Amino acid sequence: MAKKIMNRHEMPIGSVIKDPGCSMQYETGGWRNLKPVHDAKKCINCLLCWIYCPEGCIKVKDGKIADIDLKYCKGCGICAEECPDKVKAITMIEDKK
Amino acid sequence: MPRIAAMTGNNAVSEAMRQINPDVVAAYPITPQTEAVEEFAEFVANGLVKTQYVPVESEHSSMSACIGSSAAGARTMTATSSAGFALMWEMLPIAAGLRTPVIMYVANRSLSAPLNIHCGHDDTMGGRDSGWIQIYSENAQEMYDNLIQAVRIGEDMDIRLPVMVSMDGFITTHSVERVDLLDDEAVKKFVGEFKMMNSLLDVDNPITIGACALQDYYTEAKRQHSEAILNSKAKILEVAEEYAKMSGRKYGLFESYKLDDAEYALVIINSAAGVAKMVVNELRAKGLKVGLLKPRIFRPFPAEEIKNALKHLKAIAVMDRVDAFGAGGTPTFTEVRSAMYGLPKQPLMVNYIYGLGGRDIRLEDINKVFQKLFDVVKAGKVDKVFDYLTVRE
Repeated sequence: MAKKIMNRHEMPIGSVIKDPGCSMQYETGGWRNLKPVHDAKKCINCLLCWIYCPEGCIKVKDGKIADIDLKYCKGCGICAEECPDKVKAITMIEDKK
Repeated sequence: MPRIAAMTGNNAVSEAMRQINPDVVAAYPITPQTEAVEEFAEFVANGLVKTQYVPVESEHSSMSACIGSSAAGARTMTATSSAGFALMWEMLPIAAGLRTPVIMYVANRSLSAPLNIHCGHDDTMGGRDSGWIQIYSENAQEMYDNLIQAVRIGEDMDIRLPVMVSMDGFITTHSVERVDLLDDEAVKKFVGEFKMMNSLLDVDNPITIGACALQDYYTEAKRQHSEAILNSKAKILEVAEEYAKMSGRKYGLFESYKLDDAEYALVIINSAAGVAKMVVNELRAKGLKVGLLKPRIFRPFPAEEIKNALKHLKAIAVMDRVDAFGAGGTPTFTEVRSAMYGLPKQPLMVNYIYGLGGRDIRLEDINKVFQKLFDVVKAGKVDKVFDYLTVRE
């Protein structure tokens, strides 16, 4: 949800978006049912999850998976799916918010 | 210099387009509109206008190109008819929702099947709720005048909506009539420069157009659009006033013909209003108090104004050149009857469908409708609200 919700008078004509990058305000983490849990011990840092994550939620530092940004993670599970079968360092678990 | 010329309706359209000199025209030919854009393409080829002409592969593409061009900040026009209008359908509410003031000429033509190239209001009446402003024209002169005014209406900063202006296919598009034309400079001055709003090409102020708005914003976007089209009535009259000063030809939201003291009247759109006026004159000569109301602006529908113009009548026949299959009456009828609801004394109302697929409407046909009105008033009630006129039963 956007932080400040505009009324019809405040909205730009034609639903034009005037602030670049405003999708940052839309925290899609609220859509999530399952959340990814990353096991750094199992992880081989191949970064396949980083490549495939549609929301750019896999945070990398010095070539290694550092964090998963749950503010925007929709819980789609693509990261867990793409993690190689022999590794399986990401598990999707029920997200009890 | 202002001129008087013998022109078909389509000639009048291409001439108005030449004088408006839009930045972009993206159009696809379709009968009976073709002649207008064909002539305009010739003006482009001969360097008479500065327009960028985009020869698209379909009407879906023509409207898409128009939306993009208008969003970029260009004065944009197009034209279509019937099946072409239908193919544009997906893009029509997008042009309106994005508030891109595209100006479109529509030669009213029936929709298939059966295949028919002649007049019917199937196309524009089908798109009446697409969020566009709609203007209807009885003859070539009105078409010329309405198209020039449409530019000012749609592009107004408080309105910013696309406008479609139509006339009857073949009946008006292909008949030669006298048309009073304005001076090129006068039209140029009247339409003025296109003012941009949120241009896609403004690199200093980057914007996104056509983003999604879900449960949280879609309703507000529609409410904003609804307000803009409802508020456009006042501006349409202002533009008409200014146009009258320049041209001497005055337009309103609709035309009232001998209505003031009338007891019986027809409500009828476009060319058939001309035939109906002749019948009104004939019946008036016999001392019968008859009149006519011809809607010009169908969207926004001037319900309050039409109610005030018709409330003193004993009986009204609303005639449409299109069926609204299975509906509680044709498009104009449901609008007019809804406008009349709530009056302490409501006129009796009947609804006729006429002239489908270009079938001629003759003086005696209109006479029959007036006869029907005299009969329902005598009987004090309407036995059959909805009927086809001139059909082999």
